[in-house]
Amino acid sequence: MIPAAFDYQKANSSEEAIALIVEHGDEAKLLAGGHSLIPMMKLRLAVPSVLVDIGGVEDLSYINDSGDYIAIGALTKHRQLETSGLLLAECPLLAHVASKVGDPQVRHRGTLGGSLAHSDPASDLPAAVLALGGSLIAEGPSGQREIAVADFFTGYFESSLAEDEMLTEVRVPKAPGSSWSFQKFNRRAQDWAIVGVTAVQVEGSTQISLVNMGSTPLRATAVEDALAGGASAAEAAEAAAEGTDAPTDLNASPEYRDHLARVLTKRALEASGVS
Amino acid sequence: MEISVAVNGTGRVSEVEPRTLLVYYLRDELGLTGTNVGCDTSSCGACTVHVNGESVKSCTMLAVQADGQEVTTIEGLAPSPDELHPMQESFQNNHGLQCGYCTPGMVMAACSLLEENPVPTEDEVREGLEGNLCRCTGYHNIVKAVLACSGQDVS
Repeated sequence: MIPAAFDYQKANSSEEAIALIVEHGDEAKLLAGGHSLIPMMKLRLAVPSVLVDIGGVEDLSYINDSGDYIAIGALTKHRQLETSGLLLAECPLLAHVASKVGDPQVRHRGTLGGSLAHSDPASDLPAAVLALGGSLIAEGPSGQREIAVADFFTGYFESSLAEDEMLTEVRVPKAPGSSWSFQKFNRRAQDWAIVGVTAVQVEGSTQISLVNMGSTPLRATAVEDALAGGASAAEAAEAAAEGTDAPTDLNASPEYRDHLARVLTKRALEASGVS
Repeated sequence: MEISVAVNGTGRVSEVEPRTLLVYYLRDELGLTGTNVGCDTSSCGACTVHVNGESVKSCTMLAVQADGQEVTTIEGLAPSPDELHPMQESFQNNHGLQCGYCTPGMVMAACSLLEENPVPTEDEVREGLEGNLCRCTGYHNIVKAVLACSGQDVS
């Protein structure tokens, strides 16, 4: 399978990349690691006429301690996340979730910013950042703005990034020593989660997110509210499918996904110390 | 557009269409047909090569993305035409292949794995080869070959 023909432009800085997407509008797509976009282009599900390659913008690849939060450059690869000593110490959930994406070859190329901007509800990293309650930095022709992750995912493969903006940084709060769990259920090695659940303790409350239970990654607010109201892990987990809209596909029916969400949420809560 | 890639230690300059996938550049443009196309959907790992020393699936990378990078294919692994790389030798000694179709990608993935984790456990080898499918061997002898190549006793 070969992608449809496109015009290739290499950007050497975020400024160059933004100038190119401003110039070409909705005809252009940004190419980071390419591990979501290239498969879609091969299937002709994506047919951009201009591809702006930002893979070589090295100053967007970093993991820095910024005091209260960890700042991660959008082009940081999954492999860098999973092996980062800083992340393993300060935000181990994110390092762990990165290690469960795809397979080693995918993790050598895929980037955190690419995964978030792609906004696939079946991807693991968007849900992990959503559970952590981080924020995202978008840069456009008129400067940069900070978007709370809760406002970032707006629909199926859609985010609040404007057409002329690019995601440059991901900020995740530090959660050293906090309990967390990531439960990913799939049938085949390297596959997307049929359902995934992330739970993490942040400042005394339990934050839970769901993978592949709707058109965006979702916070399991019904579970969080039940826990805040004093429910046990088992009781709260019963609410895991509330307010979700699980998809149907070859792997699972919505009813089965609802069931998985409840079971995996219970496991995630128990593994992260909620009894 | 023109790209310049160091392939198996030799600088190659080629004119490619931007949509050319790395695997077709290697096979059709450079004649390096040791790298196989299996599923063509980033699942099977038969097309695994190294880019700057790390395993990648060359069916999911554009040749233009390799501009200015170092690529190693199965042809570039052995130190000389008369010798095998230790990983190739270990696959041979441990019967780590049958039909051989997945083998180039499997060997490249295995070398990248040992580069990152020189003495892996059996579980780590199995997880490290998650991105490579073999339909003949049942994986046991492949895992054995990788463990043996890392200097561990597999007898």
